[in-house]
Amino acid sequence: MAAAVSDAALAHEFPLPKILTNPASTPPTLITQGAEGRLYKTTYLLPDIACALKYRPPKPWRHPILDQRLTRHRILSEARILAKCRRDGLRVPSVYALDESAGWLMLEWIEGTPVRVNINNRLGNRTEGIEDDEELKELMRKIGMAVGKMHSIGIIHGDLTTSNMMLKPPAGDQPDNATGLEGEIVIIDLGLASGGVHDEDRAVDLYVLERAFGSTHPRAECIFNEVLEAYKKSFKQAGVALKKLEEVRMRGRKRSMLG
Amino acid sequence: MSLETVVLEHAPSSYKVYLALFRNVRNSGFLHQQLLARNADFEYAFIDASTIVSRVHLLSAVFKAVNNSVNGALKTPNVHSETVVSLSASNNISEAYRRFGVSPSTTDLFVVKITFPSDSSPVPVSADAISQHLKDNVEGDIVPPTNEIVSSIADVKAIRKNYKLNGLAWLDTIKDEVVKREEIEKLVLSGMALRGL
Ligand SMILES: Nc1ncnc2c1ncn2[C@@H]1O[C@H](COP(=O)(O)OP(=O)(O)OP(=O)(O)O)[C@@H](O)[C@H]1O
Ligand SMILES: [Mg+2]
Repeated sequence: MAAAVSDAALAHEFPLPKILTNPASTPPTLITQGAEGRLYKTTYLLPDIACALKYRPPKPWRHPILDQRLTRHRILSEARILAKCRRDGLRVPSVYALDESAGWLMLEWIEGTPVRVNINNRLGNRTEGIEDDEELKELMRKIGMAVGKMHSIGIIHGDLTTSNMMLKPPAGDQPDNATGLEGEIVIIDLGLASGGVHDEDRAVDLYVLERAFGSTHPRAECIFNEVLEAYKKSFKQAGVALKKLEEVRMRGRKRSMLG
Repeated sequence: MSLETVVLEHAPSSYKVYLALFRNVRNSGFLHQQLLARNADFEYAFIDASTIVSRVHLLSAVFKAVNNSVNGALKTPNVHSETVVSLSASNNISEAYRRFGVSPSTTDLFVVKITFPSDSSPVPVSADAISQHLKDNVEGDIVPPTNEIVSSIADVKAIRKNYKLNGLAWLDTIKDEVVKREEIEKLVLSGMALRGL
């Protein structure tokens, strides 16, 4: 069977981390495969507890000792930051388990879809009336509030995009119903995050989001300001960060003019 | 006798996990003493059940201990002491025994037994033998370790203290007790996973 062959090929290309080779009620599913790591959907402890397993496989092109050290560092760093966020009341996946030497991190599975998907489904092929889409604007404000909350507890994300936030539908909704805009923003992928309370760092975080948003959702750029407006209201220092954002934009523009 | 066999996701099939929960335990001093004396007949994780917020909490510790055993990375003498210590959010081993392990004042007791074939005992002890041994040695009432019973035994105040979960304003404002428990459980799990790292 064709499917079986390609599954086998896939398994060969991406051997499972050892922990996932042990028996489980359902086989792990590979969700994404990036340069640095892979993300599997699997189960934690019991068949009815879904989890995300983030695995950073050994990189054959790197010196083994250095590679091991880097992997450990990244796993621990992401886990520590997730734990801190959660303690401080920010919605991020909670940490279930980790093995920094084996290069994996098990996280709470977040139902729903990356916000990118919800926005794109909402936009469809529309070109008009986007600036009056109140529900979409409400979603933008939720994003602004989530980012503001994250900054207010002293965390800089480092890779803010609409792919690195999930929209978790309200309980009882069909899971993975990616057409609705209701639900809760859950920030994910804190692999590049760091502690930081400097306005400059916050501004750069916002700038990264702004640029990523513009290129991923060009037609919705007209309502991005809703994100910043909500951000502004979300914590005391937000205004200063937004002022800095203007400077960061200027620098960005100069840089692109210089080519 | 309700000794429960638990099958954990992603644990090697050679490892077997058994759980038993006793209430009104009258000889915890004796049980504690067997551990201190390293009596080889008492290879169990004896856990004060009031320190456990949910089944998942306890099973998380078991999973960590099994994983460390499989990887040859035990930080304590065996998989049972490792289970007790895995409950801790810090790296202080003796503090973990004191906090989570049985003490002479324990009245609600979780017993975890983990077996796997080893060179010294290629055929692990059977569930029946474990049941019988516990029956002969634990003076208390065995109850099924359901989530309802586990959470009714939990001393949430002490648990929050153990995992440094006091002074979290957002947590205190949660009205729904079920949601609050779930949040506490999640914070406990991440505290264990990070173990002071
Ligand atoms: N906890 C989770 N629950 C559900 N889905 C998740 C979770 N974490 C990640 N995902 C899904 O997997 C995708 C990739 O995850 P993530 O962004 O954390 O990894 P990554 O981009 O490969 O990581 P990195 O940039 O650190 O190498 C996400 O876009 C999301 O669709
Ligand atoms: Mg990502």
